[in-house]
Amino acid sequence: MDGITISRGFRSRRQEQTPKNRLPPGQYVTTDFPVLSAGPTPQIKLEDWTFALQLGGSLLGKWNWAEFEALPQTTIKTDIHCVTKWSKLDTTWQGVTFDDLLQAVGLTEPPAPYIMAHCDGGYSTNVPVADLIGSQGMIATRYEGLPIPPAHGGPARLLVPHLYFWKSAKWIRRLRFMEKDQRGFWESFGYHNYGDPWKEQRYDGD
Amino acid sequence: MTVTETAAQPVRRLKWQPAQVREIVVETYRVKSLLLHVANWQGHLSGQHVDIRLTAEDGYQAQRSYSIASPPEGESLTLTVERVDNGEVSPYLVDDLRAGDQFELRGPIGGYFVWTAAMGGPLYLIAGGSGIVPLMAMLRHRDRRNGRAPALLLYSSRSLEDVIYREELDMMARGDPDLRVIHTLSRKQPEGWIGRRGRIDKALLAETCFPPEQNPKIFVCGSTPFVEDVSRFLVELGHDPLTIKTERFGPSGGQAS
Repeated sequence: MDGITISRGFRSRRQEQTPKNRLPPGQYVTTDFPVLSAGPTPQIKLEDWTFALQLGGSLLGKWNWAEFEALPQTTIKTDIHCVTKWSKLDTTWQGVTFDDLLQAVGLTEPPAPYIMAHCDGGYSTNVPVADLIGSQGMIATRYEGLPIPPAHGGPARLLVPHLYFWKSAKWIRRLRFMEKDQRGFWESFGYHNYGDPWKEQRYDGD
Repeated sequence: MTVTETAAQPVRRLKWQPAQVREIVVETYRVKSLLLHVANWQGHLSGQHVDIRLTAEDGYQAQRSYSIASPPEGESLTLTVERVDNGEVSPYLVDDLRAGDQFELRGPIGGYFVWTAAMGGPLYLIAGGSGIVPLMAMLRHRDRRNGRAPALLLYSSRSLEDVIYREELDMMARGDPDLRVIHTLSRKQPEGWIGRRGRIDKALLAETCFPPEQNPKIFVCGSTPFVEDVSRFLVELGHDPLTIKTERFGPSGGQAS
């Protein structure tokens, strides 16, 4: 506790105890599902929705909604952690894993070490490919068995639950492979480039 | 939304630093402003927030984010906090904290939901409840400049007693022909209230807003349903979604609890 300022009279008001191995440092558990977005929620019609996989400027694969829904589906139950301090336990998501996307375009190996996720509304975020393979990342289209509500990123959002939740970009439309890492939207505004909640990598330099 | 993919600023860690409460201002029956002394505050922009960390005697810690209410020119870093019933941190900050008490803080954080006088206007601010706080930092910043950009604040509160910064906003607007402040009271209006009633709807936005052709800088802040509604109406009224910057205070999101 060296050098730490004690706040007089402050004490925990938590009713239930969350196991330490479920809650990263500085987080608290919520049962709500708060929304944080930099702009208006895009209203996307499913008939206009497409999803593309790109390498630099070239197209590796592109799906419309029906084609995307026909890809192999995976369901995962996971905890999610927002950089604004809330965590939500045991959330269930369904979608197409990054591994299955690669397979769908006939790739056995990822063609580059980084991706930039591009979204409706101009949002973007960067993630190392090593954090997506091995069923770690998916394009999710269902939350708790239902279509993802637009405010929570529907029709489809990236899901990389072991990183802070801004990396799980809402309204995703494109994954672009990159040879060199580049910063996405929040990463360009002082947020951490990688965002490991267990290392409390909230902001640059953490 | 401007998307930047180039490497940003050089990395400097945001360090936790002690903040001492210099003065507490009662804003409403559930909202207080904390005027802080932070020894080496590096400065901030209007619209940014800070993280605060409270440590109990037994070592228990809690962190939350709060918007900065003071402008960059302010002499005291000021946070305005609303008591969220059943919250863990805000009831302590609003009910228990006294002048002289300390907690830790780091920041400033956020570079998108920000307005500087250099960005120009017109400035179009739409607040719901305590969503006024970061927008007030923008108005206070604007108020301290010469050649003020035209500005409009549309501010929805539950009742007159819930209006934060009421006198200061009145004074600002009285002395400034380029600033309009429009209050609407959504749940309860005092007798003789001649102002607006009800929630901010599309008609009120259509009637009051700067037209899209004037390229207003739009900032919307409030609860999630408030921001969802207002930003959708603005898009329907022809504003480019990329010109609308939003900040949502979730029911138990970092900003509000």
